[in-house]
Amino acid sequence: MSIFKYLKKRNSTASVAKERLQIIISHERSQRNAPDYLPKLQEEILAVIAKYIPISRDQVSVSLERMGDSAVLELNVTMPEEALEEI
Amino acid sequence: MAKIIVVTSGKGGVGKTTTSAAISSGLALQGHKTVVVDFDIGLRNLDIIMGCERRVVYDFINVINGEASLNQALIKDKRVPQLFILPASQTRDKDALSMEGVEKVLNDLSAEFDFIVCDSPAGIETGALMAMYYADHAIVVTNPEVSSVRDSDRILGILASKTKRAIENRPPVQEHLLLTRYDPERVEKGEMLSVEDVKEILAIPLIGVIPESKAVLKASNTGTPVILDEASDAGIAYQDAIARFLGESRPMRFISTERKGILRRLFGKNKEDALV
Repeated sequence: MSIFKYLKKRNSTASVAKERLQIIISHERSQRNAPDYLPKLQEEILAVIAKYIPISRDQVSVSLERMGDSAVLELNVTMPEEALEEI
Repeated sequence: MAKIIVVTSGKGGVGKTTTSAAISSGLALQGHKTVVVDFDIGLRNLDIIMGCERRVVYDFINVINGEASLNQALIKDKRVPQLFILPASQTRDKDALSMEGVEKVLNDLSAEFDFIVCDSPAGIETGALMAMYYADHAIVVTNPEVSSVRDSDRILGILASKTKRAIENRPPVQEHLLLTRYDPERVEKGEMLSVEDVKEILAIPLIGVIPESKAVLKASNTGTPVILDEASDAGIAYQDAIARFLGESRPMRFISTERKGILRRLFGKNKEDALV
């Protein structure tokens, strides 16, 4: 393939399509095996944290990752700046 | 025991029924006794693609409800010996398909046939889930287009978790990618996802590439499975896919513009030579 053709291909709509698909599909695959209770778990954890710290929905994320025969439940909380000042 | 093949895609309009008609005819032409079952309850269409719409008396749901025997409902194809069609019902009752009913019919068919081809409806509702539940093989029909590829990936996830094989922890359903409506000219211009792109994203073995072809509409106009149009590009591509399904290895055709027409290439070259 000539360099010209390569460059043309890189900027084509087909390559945009491929890139978008790779991103959304890898995201959807990671959620595919997630247990059904995960969203509810996230809601309840959020509610507990919100009792102490003013926090919004998108600052808490819960994910479950399988590694071989064990699973890791990962909880990420981004602390708001006001809360940090108090510490 | 018959092998059960589901033709599925998630997205509608990608060529499931065209493929079911072609694959079942192709298997029967190879001497395998084959039945193709329409699972699209309420939107019966396999019969019209197969050209037997005026011969439907009883349907899948009649058999499940015991209102007709399997032999009364099966329609024998007039062109291909060894090929039978079980049409879908036109009922609007979406709970008409019961798990036990489907299992009973498939078991009865399994005793008589080599292959059972299940034409799945679009979507991921009951009909689609039933069509894939008992499958040994899945032909995932995909267009080189974002929504179709995404839906196919979703279907692959369901095949891996919601089928009988998955639930019983048996070897998984064998997945085959069938890329349809492929236009090598547009791929070359960078306007369409290529075979490699789709293969890389979905990561399942490719069983065939069916080119965008006028023969497909012509075939459905006359109610002839396109594989019977032996001279057409789509017909040849489906024959290749059947051969690969049955274990033969054949190179992919119609995936690059150079290979598109031998005649055009010959004459095209001569013309160029003359100009030089």
